[in-house]
Amino acid sequence: MNATVNAVEMRGISKSFNGVTVLTDVDFDVRSGEVHALAGGNGAGKSTLMKIMQGVYQPNSGEILVEGEVVKITSIQAAKTAGIGMVFQEFSLVPSLTVAQNIFLNAESLNRAGLINDSEARRRAREIFADMEVEVDPRAEVARLGTAYWQLTEIAKALAQNARVLIMDEPTASLAKHETEALFALIGRLKARGISIIYISHRMDEIYRIADRITVLRDGRKLFTEPLTEITPEQIIEGIVGKKIEGQLSYRVREAAESDTEPLLEVRGLSAGTRVKEVSFTLHAGEIIGLAGLMGSGRTELARALFGIDRIDSGEVLIRGKKARLSSPQRAINAGLALIPEDRRDQGLVLDHSVRDNLLLPLLGQIGNGPFLSAEKGKLLADSLIKQFAVKVDNPGRAVSLLSGGNQQKVVLAKWLGTNPDVLILDEPTAGVDIGTKSEILDRVRALADEGKGVIIISSEYPELLAISDRVLVVRDGSVIRDIPRNEIVDEEALQLVVQGV
Amino acid sequence: MQTPTSAQSIDAAPKRTISTTLAGIDWRRYVIYIGFVVVFIFFAILLGNQGFLSATNLLNILRQTSTIMVIAVGMTYVISAAEIDLSVGSIAGLSSVVTAMSISAFGVVPGIAAGLVVGVVVGGINGTLVSLLGIPSFLVTLGMLGVAVGTAQWITNSAPQPILSDAFNNMFGSGNIGPVPSLVIWAAVFVAAGALVLSRTKFGRQVLATGGNRKAADFTGINTKRIKFTVLLLSGVVASIAGMLYAGRLQSGRFQWGDGDELSAIAAVILGGTSLFGGSGTVIGTMFGALLIGLINNGLVLAGLDSSQQQIVRGAIIILAVALARRK
Repeated sequence: MNATVNAVEMRGISKSFNGVTVLTDVDFDVRSGEVHALAGGNGAGKSTLMKIMQGVYQPNSGEILVEGEVVKITSIQAAKTAGIGMVFQEFSLVPSLTVAQNIFLNAESLNRAGLINDSEARRRAREIFADMEVEVDPRAEVARLGTAYWQLTEIAKALAQNARVLIMDEPTASLAKHETEALFALIGRLKARGISIIYISHRMDEIYRIADRITVLRDGRKLFTEPLTEITPEQIIEGIVGKKIEGQLSYRVREAAESDTEPLLEVRGLSAGTRVKEVSFTLHAGEIIGLAGLMGSGRTELARALFGIDRIDSGEVLIRGKKARLSSPQRAINAGLALIPEDRRDQGLVLDHSVRDNLLLPLLGQIGNGPFLSAEKGKLLADSLIKQFAVKVDNPGRAVSLLSGGNQQKVVLAKWLGTNPDVLILDEPTAGVDIGTKSEILDRVRALADEGKGVIIISSEYPELLAISDRVLVVRDGSVIRDIPRNEIVDEEALQLVVQGV
Repeated sequence: MQTPTSAQSIDAAPKRTISTTLAGIDWRRYVIYIGFVVVFIFFAILLGNQGFLSATNLLNILRQTSTIMVIAVGMTYVISAAEIDLSVGSIAGLSSVVTAMSISAFGVVPGIAAGLVVGVVVGGINGTLVSLLGIPSFLVTLGMLGVAVGTAQWITNSAPQPILSDAFNNMFGSGNIGPVPSLVIWAAVFVAAGALVLSRTKFGRQVLATGGNRKAADFTGINTKRIKFTVLLLSGVVASIAGMLYAGRLQSGRFQWGDGDELSAIAAVILGGTSLFGGSGTVIGTMFGALLIGLINNGLVLAGLDSSQQQIVRGAIIILAVALARRK
């Protein structure tokens, strides 16, 4: 018999989706009152493992033990009953309800007449917050509160259901510094009460501050579980990164852009909102700049400010030496910019519309026939874009939502390149795209730079960033802290270390 | 070497039989046309003896449907852009009154101009409040419904305003061109222009993109605020012309003209296959939607149902048609 009983233990978990193996024989355990960090690259299987623990997915094999007893977690409800709670990163609260109403949503206490007893809910919510030693008004409408309070409400909601294990996925990504400190203090107090926390994060400094042990997953297998006192950040990063398959995404030395000519884009002291602070850099024709940084570091916000979506507070942007006023996407487009947004389904495409209509949306001016649109010209233009980008589509008249992720992304790219921009900004252009399409997209981007366009690419996947960038700007807390030529970066690990500031 | 591949591709080639072709058609998109034909045949058989198929009756259906059809064309744009305009009926009433009063005071041309100004002003206010202040169009136009009809009643002291100009009355609704009532010609012109602009111009495409995914449209550089403003302005202007058609047909302006038309117009638009959530819409569908409603009204009257029974049957048919046409 084991002396210490684990709060949760997963044994030999395997899972595959449609024949694709995602997890292979993974063992994972969390002790009572422990903060256990879970790390791994994209596709390593972290989120699948956590979804199995929460009852969202069923494993193909393996078993789960809670407090030493084998349990069948067949649904989210079952996981809750077993005491496992999730602090959702994309918060699961109803904005129009109050804090207390959210905490007891679907578990409302009723009075004798069978009606919801809101004052009882408020009283219990106050108790929970008092135990957490934080101040939140249970009567406040959630929509009026900031992100940090949403998170506290989420945690309170899990605690109200007697959760013994909390799963936190990148909980600090959207928090300010002092809010992060408060969260860490709270995690300390929860720990002291014997509550276990599974902490998913990419940030080494945070992991070292609060976690007791770390488990690293790679390619669906457990690589190791170690106490943090016995492992160095370098070892962890090496574990996450691993040895990549040679030649999949490799850097090709491109002819250097002429840096003595007038830059295509020059950004001077640009500040916008709270997440872009005093950013300066230059981009030459034919150059590809990579933006590296952790989630929430301000990379996306920089792209949004340049494209006129978020208001620029100070600083200036020069395009071919001329000052540009980028106050709306239309102006940015006219100035020669194009943005491939982060979320293609939400920001890049009208999903119900056909592939052809989506491609032609920014190009309607080119297919005019007097006041009317020429169906003939539109068809020709769309077909040529489809061919140029090798979009796999049988019938361009069918809805774009029917295409695979990779092909949808190609449509977004093709749509923008039809406008013939000078500067192309790509925000996570290969997220959720298969490896074949990924290298196809990167090849297209290289070809565009070879034609003399300037490219700014944001990516959380460092192999990709290193495969394509001529220079890498490292962004932290909204500022560019390093500007490194590609040939000075040895490998992915080296870049990780700079980004982490280790 | 090549043989296996080519054999495969022959196997994979779809066999075009009638059944697969029919299965391939997304028949939900054509529910309105199928429904129209079915209802028409049904009434033709059932009510053939009561004169349903006579030229006079068929022209009557067209004439009675025309005004709603005009309003519904404007409404198609509004709904395609994921907005709604509840004020169209009362804009028509206000426009009929203002036109009638201006004709008797200043003459025909200033009268028409005054009617159009009503549409521009009310539609413009709707558009400004929705696009600049971001108030939901449902609320803005619901409020405007009351403001417009109240104004019309107030400035006329609830009295009908006769129009004595034959030129105006003939042009807007009372007259005929050859055998065809001028009302029907107005409706045809609006449907043709509306269909062309929505499906074949840059503006039309931008309206559909704005309604389909406003964020993506914004990121694409479409000024979605201007699109929302423009559709509401257009809807107001179109409704004011519909008001003049009422005035011409009934040879007077009255605040009740157009009362309740917003609901008939919305029903016609949705029956016609335009998505209530924006992003897809066809004006031709809207025309058939309006015709179907007109057909049902006419048939039920001929069948001798009283007005309470008519309402029940009409409501049931609308729900049924929309239920059949919905996706997934």
